[in-house]
Amino acid sequence: MTRAPGSAVKIRALSPPGHIRTPHYLRGKSGIVERVLGRFKNPEQLAYALPAPKRVLYRVRFTMQEVWGETAEAPNDTLDAEIYEHWLEDA
Amino acid sequence: MPHDHHDHLSPSGHPYRQDNDSGLTYWQTMEIAVRELLVEKGEVTASQIADQISAMDERSPANGAAVVARAWTDPDFKARLMDNASDASREMGFDIGPMHLVAVENTAEVHNLIVCTLCSCYPRNLLGLPPDWYKTREYRSRAVREPRAVLREFGVELANGVQVRVHDSTADMRYIVLPARPAGTEGMDAEALAALVSRDSMIGTGLPRTPSST
Repeated sequence: MTRAPGSAVKIRALSPPGHIRTPHYLRGKSGIVERVLGRFKNPEQLAYALPAPKRVLYRVRFTMQEVWGETAEAPNDTLDAEIYEHWLEDA
Repeated sequence: MPHDHHDHLSPSGHPYRQDNDSGLTYWQTMEIAVRELLVEKGEVTASQIADQISAMDERSPANGAAVVARAWTDPDFKARLMDNASDASREMGFDIGPMHLVAVENTAEVHNLIVCTLCSCYPRNLLGLPPDWYKTREYRSRAVREPRAVLREFGVELANGVQVRVHDSTADMRYIVLPARPAGTEGMDAEALAALVSRDSMIGTGLPRTPSST
């Protein structure tokens, strides 16, 4: 099931080893799907020349308030990042 | 911060660069070995490799500036650019390879800033090689933590009420900022407008030049 733009999502707070394209500073944070980017080979396998199944890639928008809490420079500014489907859960 | 590299200058004012007469690193050795094997087995020729390096070095922000200027002067093209920036760039004749490009638009309400916190992802296939500061830990960490302070250091003063949107290129997309067309450029053609579009204005760390500043 592809998540629709506007869906509320939360980034899984996992710390697996290896080549991970989900930045640490966004793990456990909640945001909104800004757009669906399509299906791309999972870099977590691709980086090691392993068979890499395609996964849906999303652009997720966070508020700076959500990412940095009370120390945010401007709470209503936003940050977008590309996150693979297996890193998302319902918010 | 943008220009923190004045510390090691020769008397002639040029920066020193260390001679590379130390041994090869593991990965340099690996690269040479793989390259020589590919050439030996006839997969590629040495001149094809040199040509590809040359093609990469020849790409410059001028390509991106032409895309921006076209978007400023051609509303239909701008719509195609915002919908699919890769196809719009190809339509202008730029060979950007398989790059997936997303254009983000600066308006009176929004200012966009591009960074890659994990490494140094940059739309090289359109803009050429990234500036050195783009790859530093300082830019990469501060652009997401305190983008407004970074913008001020680059000389970008935002009007009250402008929202900053930072874009972290974490995976397969690359980003280009479509800056707002400067005031006072009515009647200028795309070629003249392209000369106003700086590299930094397409990263978001700068604004386009104005006709009076060129």
